[in-house]
Amino acid sequence: MSKKYYSSLTKKYIMSFLGLFLMTFLLVHLSINLLLIVDDSRELFNEAAHFMGTNIFIQVFQWVLFSAFAVHILVGVILQIQNWMARPKGYARRVGAEESIFSRYMIYTGAIIFIFLVIHLADFFANKMIGDVPEITSGNLAGMEDMGLLVMEKFKMGGYVLFYVIIFLFLGFHLDHAFQSAFQSLGLNHPKYTPFIKGLGHFMAIVLTVGFISIPIIIYFFK
Amino acid sequence: MKVKLKIWRQENAEAKGSFQTYTFDKVAPEMSFLEMMDAFNTQLITEGKEPVAFDHDCREGICGACSMYINGHPHGPVSGITTCHLSMRHFKDGETITVEPWRAKAFPVIKDLIVDRSAFDQIQIAGGFISMNVGGAPEANSIPVKVKNADEAFDSSVCIGCGACVAACKNASAMLFVSAKVSQFALLPQGRVEAKERVEKMVAKMDDLGFGNCTNTYACEAECPKDISITNIARMNREFFSAKVS
Repeated sequence: MSKKYYSSLTKKYIMSFLGLFLMTFLLVHLSINLLLIVDDSRELFNEAAHFMGTNIFIQVFQWVLFSAFAVHILVGVILQIQNWMARPKGYARRVGAEESIFSRYMIYTGAIIFIFLVIHLADFFANKMIGDVPEITSGNLAGMEDMGLLVMEKFKMGGYVLFYVIIFLFLGFHLDHAFQSAFQSLGLNHPKYTPFIKGLGHFMAIVLTVGFISIPIIIYFFK
Repeated sequence: MKVKLKIWRQENAEAKGSFQTYTFDKVAPEMSFLEMMDAFNTQLITEGKEPVAFDHDCREGICGACSMYINGHPHGPVSGITTCHLSMRHFKDGETITVEPWRAKAFPVIKDLIVDRSAFDQIQIAGGFISMNVGGAPEANSIPVKVKNADEAFDSSVCIGCGACVAACKNASAMLFVSAKVSQFALLPQGRVEAKERVEKMVAKMDDLGFGNCTNTYACEAECPKDISITNIARMNREFFSAKVS
């Protein structure tokens, strides 16, 4: 993927489009996770997990999702390497005039999220492969995997909760810049709507971060 | 006033270069930064030393020649002005002032504080123009132009091509410059004719020359001496997209 074939702007379009797509995925993921908090019996969460794990449309679509992650990461790394190469010698004294502090560190917050993603997926699929998931013993879903219990057990471990909270703070930093930046890259800048999009971006970053972080904290302290 | 000048000295394009620190005490607060540099060079020449090479021309803020990176900012710490308009009253007595050249792969240092900015010329040559038949000047009012478009095109065209956007950007990206040049034509009917080819060619040239990519940090807009808006970059992105898909 050299820049001869994909211009800088094409790559930015890909980054923005996939970034916004991945944000919608996070919203879906968060709403399913929140079922663990609202329903103590874990029935709603397990039902949703079962649906996600067996529905044929979701099974096909998960490959679209994996590809979206892969391309977003790959193009992000290529852009960053080109950006580093564009200034071989830095300044002795530089006062950054960036609008937001988070915009300076997207590759680093992205790298932290990537590390979490690898651990998260390895964890999830390892448990599924080994068949180390407890079964539901009673109710309508008896005999199915109790994914909810697995999550609850993880979030009872203080170290894991702390790790999870820190990672999701970095996800919040990443998203805070990402949302409005995606609109700008897609050419959607308007005197009337851009302030709203910027506000919505901060709001989305806070909602997603607080949402994801609240789950392990509530489970650890109150369940 | 007395200042300590920490200036990047580099013999030529191939030399390694390093910072040299000088003390200069003949500074008047009403001097412009370039006048201070002139006086300082006079002192160096009197002492039999090589004067500091730096770019300058009109000294009225419109030519885009002056280009120093002063105390961590292109054109110094005061916003909305070029180095030639920067007054020494913005510095404290006894302050250490760090002066560096623009840093970008596409802007190699020629000597001391002078960089080669012909990369911008190459981008302009790639598409920053309109084609028309030679002959007598046509009637100016025969093509209607919306006042709003004329105003926006004018705002884009005030870019002086100094390269502060590239110098300020953490990615050494030239998007603000290129987008201003794309916009000043794209907004007017005369420029619409070649709009597609123009944006494609100018972006391709910008990429070829090794400028970085835009990560929407908006440092360029904050440091631009002519307050060029990042709405130009969004417009260029739209122009590029429609050129590719239509």
